[in-house]
Amino acid sequence: MIEIKNLSKTFAGRSDPNEDVEALKNVNLSIPDGSIYGIIGMSGAGKSTLVRCINMLERPTEGTVIIDGVDMAALSNKDLRAKRKEVTMIFQSFNLLMQRTCLKNICFPLELIGVKKADAERRAMELLEIVGLPDKANAYPAQLSGGQQQRIAIARALATNPKVLLCDEATSALDPKTTHQILELIKEINRNLGITCIVITHQMSVIEEICGRVAILEKGVVVEEGEVADVFAHPKSTAARHLVYPDGGNSEILALREGEQRIRVVFNGAVATERPLIAQLAKELGIEASILGANTKSIGERAYGNMILGIMGSRDDMLRAKEYLESVADVVVEEVTE
Amino acid sequence: MIEKAFTAQAWNEAIAIIQSEFALAVWETLYVTVLATLIAIVIGLPLGVLLVVGEKNGVLPLPKWLMAFLGAVINILRSVPFLILMILVIPLTRAIVGTSVGTVASIVPLVIAAFPFIARLVESSLREVNPNIIEMAQSTGATPFQIIVKVMIPESVPSLISNATIAITTILGYSAMSGIIGGGGLGKIAINYGYYRYKYLVMFIAVILLVLIVEIFQRIGTKLAVKSDKRLKH
Ligand SMILES: Nc1ncnc2c1ncn2[C@@H]1O[C@H](COP(=O)(O)OP(=O)(O)OP(=O)(O)O)[C@@H](O)[C@H]1O
Ligand SMILES: [Mg+2]
Repeated sequence: MIEIKNLSKTFAGRSDPNEDVEALKNVNLSIPDGSIYGIIGMSGAGKSTLVRCINMLERPTEGTVIIDGVDMAALSNKDLRAKRKEVTMIFQSFNLLMQRTCLKNICFPLELIGVKKADAERRAMELLEIVGLPDKANAYPAQLSGGQQQRIAIARALATNPKVLLCDEATSALDPKTTHQILELIKEINRNLGITCIVITHQMSVIEEICGRVAILEKGVVVEEGEVADVFAHPKSTAARHLVYPDGGNSEILALREGEQRIRVVFNGAVATERPLIAQLAKELGIEASILGANTKSIGERAYGNMILGIMGSRDDMLRAKEYLESVADVVVEEVTE
Repeated sequence: MIEKAFTAQAWNEAIAIIQSEFALAVWETLYVTVLATLIAIVIGLPLGVLLVVGEKNGVLPLPKWLMAFLGAVINILRSVPFLILMILVIPLTRAIVGTSVGTVASIVPLVIAAFPFIARLVESSLREVNPNIIEMAQSTGATPFQIIVKVMIPESVPSLISNATIAITTILGYSAMSGIIGGGGLGKIAINYGYYRYKYLVMFIAVILLVLIVEIFQRIGTKLAVKSDKRLKH
């Protein structure tokens, strides 16, 4: 269990106290063991600062972080270094030692604690298997692709058998396919080794793909926290809505045509694949609807977001369509009147 | 005057001098240069490390007064012209070597001139190390000492080799100058024959040899630096 309590961090301005940056303001979070916990926010929201406070790379101005009952802020430098073997980290820029082979990079954390060379190398080979790169032991990082470098970094982070893995924008430098593979690897590590993963990102898709819970950070404040599905279904804060509907949700669309009625269909976790709604409308009610704008996401089998339909017909047709669509669970329909 | 330098007689004289004195002179030059460089590295490397890690945001912040003192000593030594430094350190040379003239004695001023220079070169090499990598090491639980010896120095080896090459070629130049106060080597030959006895041909040959030695050091250094750099895809 990781408990973040009343955590605040202020960076002092160069000389003028008015230039102080409050990167975190009274953050409180509980991160359950064995979970994959997402922290999302726009650039500058304070995500990196938050994750760096967890392992005390950054000392909080106020508040503390408690990992398995141990107050991180109260540890001596020596105990903190020992604790960092249990709370390891991967980065956006991989941060491999460029003058060492991959094998030696993975040995690095073991070398620091004085593990014998032969034992360290044996362990490193095991980890290379786990991350799927056993043939890269003697390659140098510069000879690897970004995705492969991140795998080596993950292997290095696992070397000391950590309990917690902090991932700061670990996939932000990767293309979508590689991102997916790395996220799969993180999921696998979480499942097989029971390591708690804290995933920092600015991409909603990353949260959707692997996180169970999510906290939304805006200007240093946690504006929303909860199960990913709940936050997606009912984004309460503006920040959350921005992330769930990046295009604003009510994107400007064509001007109303003669004889057209418009409705907004809101999906709050409807099982979308069950019935092809638009086709059913046409078939069962004889109402033709065109999609004028849509901003939906599916998480698992469920759809979230909204869609604007244009219906050619009378107001009555529109009301029938509304009634029909609302018969589907977790769908709300509202008239659009501009 | 210059024409006279290349007469048949001048050539005969020069060849005689080359045969009798050059082998020793080349050896003395190499020996003084390499030894002075090594000693200067032993002093300058740790100082260069301190200049980087001792900063306010470094991995091992040191007291401000100590950093200011270090910086001042290095800057003062760096700004005294070598010719003057050689004379200023004569008492120190006497204290260490027992005499202030001769090949061995010339090593002392060379080291005094070179170690601040090397400290600055080391400083610039270490500053090139990606700060994200240092942060990685900290997040992995490395001590400041481990960060220095396992991360900062190994990661900057190619740059350190390049800078060591600059250092050794510069020190070679200084060692030639020390011929003035009785240091041995090619510098002494150039000054003694060229300046005091107008045997320009001998001086030219000594200078050409110095140029050749610089060239050889530079080539070896460049090759080693490139070869050691694993960031390049081989
Ligand atoms: N060392 C520092 N000194 C001063 N201000 C800082 C420092 N580190 C971060 N900040 C400020 O704190 C705020 C939060 O920064 P942080 O790096 O945590 O954002 P982030 O959410 O990780 O952003 P990004 O997505 O761009 O990485 C920013 O306004 C930043 O300028
Ligand atoms: Mg960041």
